[in-house]
Amino acid sequence: MLQLKDTGFSYGGRDILKDVNLDIAPGSFYFLTGPSGTGKTTLLRLCYQALMPTRGIVRILDRDVRGLEREDIAQIRRRIGVVHQDCKFVDHLTMADNIRMPLQVSGRSGELDDNSFDDLIAWVGLSAHMNAYPPELSSGERQRAALARAVVMSPDLILADEPTGNLDWIMAQKILTLLIELNKMGKTVILATHDLQLIRAAKSQITTRVLRIVDKNVQLAGADL
Amino acid sequence: MNKLRELMNSLINLLVGDIKADNVVPPSGYTAILTSFTAAAMAFLAVFAMALSLATGRLADRWSDELSRTTTVRISAPEGQMQAQLDAVRNVLDTTTGIASFRIMTDEEQRKLLEPWFGPDLPLENLPIPRLVEVVEDPNGPDMDGLRFRLSAEAPGAILDDHTRWRRPLVDAAQRLRLLGTISIILIAGSTAAMITLAALSALAANGQVISVLRLVGASDTYIARAFVRRFTLRALIGAAIGTAIAMVAIFLLPSAAAEGAFLTGLGFTGWHWLLPLLVPILAALVAFWATRTAAFRALDRIS
Repeated sequence: MLQLKDTGFSYGGRDILKDVNLDIAPGSFYFLTGPSGTGKTTLLRLCYQALMPTRGIVRILDRDVRGLEREDIAQIRRRIGVVHQDCKFVDHLTMADNIRMPLQVSGRSGELDDNSFDDLIAWVGLSAHMNAYPPELSSGERQRAALARAVVMSPDLILADEPTGNLDWIMAQKILTLLIELNKMGKTVILATHDLQLIRAAKSQITTRVLRIVDKNVQLAGADL
Repeated sequence: MNKLRELMNSLINLLVGDIKADNVVPPSGYTAILTSFTAAAMAFLAVFAMALSLATGRLADRWSDELSRTTTVRISAPEGQMQAQLDAVRNVLDTTTGIASFRIMTDEEQRKLLEPWFGPDLPLENLPIPRLVEVVEDPNGPDMDGLRFRLSAEAPGAILDDHTRWRRPLVDAAQRLRLLGTISIILIAGSTAAMITLAALSALAANGQVISVLRLVGASDTYIARAFVRRFTLRALIGAAIGTAIAMVAIFLLPSAAAEGAFLTGLGFTGWHWLLPLLVPILAALVAFWATRTAAFRALDRIS
């Protein structure tokens, strides 16, 4: 699903990540943790080619990202669902249009009928907000909408970067529950967070592995979590 | 070949359109009005430049074609010798090869030539006006130096004027004007491209968040660029169509130039030339398409 081999990324002469080796199997659920500023977001951005590694290899969905054309990157991103902490939307479009956008840009609008779309919206609990515009929604509603948008194309891999960072515990649990459900459907999930309570809550429900960024490198965390 | 096919596909997609894709770019009333206004103003100027270019082209052609095959013999002689000089000139012209025909201008014709300067009641018979002989050359034309030499020998009062002296600067001027008209059209197209490029870059910069979201969900650069290109191309097309229509009406309503003076004769369009301004909106749309597409892809290259 996702392999990083001796991967490094530096910016302005400063190493952000160094010699990262990682092999993520399909259908697994990983947490990525570590203090703020240690490179969690950078690692996720490398995974969906918002950044290119300055050293080493990144293979995603069996494609080596080196030498990929922009068009290839766009194709790969259609198979990855990304959720950010500051979930970005196109503010002048309704939530329905925003959530359908991945289908629209890939020319697959007709592949999801209205009933399936309604089911998806009901799953994230936003049925009453489909004609609203992004600025009209609360943080929790926006996060759930971002999750719906991330999975509308039924991606193989879901990358969530601090999706619960701005949410209260109840809402954070809802988001976690949705991600766990997706994982149970066979989706690979990587969730970056520094919320240990969230990690423990997940561990009580499914088998997860925790990756920790230490000294610019990624390590598998032990039982201390 | 692949580039051409890609461009053709882009044009087809542009014409077919996709309302949902277009809506991704937020409406920008102020930029839209400015782009359309610029396109309209440039189209208006382009149509006038085209009219000037065509008119001066016609003028240059007419002076070149019609006047280059005519020559005038001017005879100045005292009252008693005029007829003898005329006979001598007639004899020389009769026996010169390269001359298709000639005729001595009547008093009435000469009066009409002088009328713009001296008025209609000119007493021609009381003035020492030279007699004029209009000579039409055949396609080979006469040996001008030989003819001039014979005339000076047999009719000393006769002077051969082949119009070269005054025709050449006029033809040169007309041709320069035609060239300037063409250069103006090229400059107008370039300015339009520059202004639309700036407007497109401004729109792209203002929509950084939209582009970032589109990239995140897997939109290709072609998809993103098309949303901007289609919008700017349509604005340029509509604006240029309005500007062209106004310019064509303005040219149609110009006073009849023939009645005012020979130099303005034909300023505007004649016959099928009226169809040429219709190309201006199409050209404006093509310029806008090219300028926005280039600007969009360059800008997208810079945005990670």
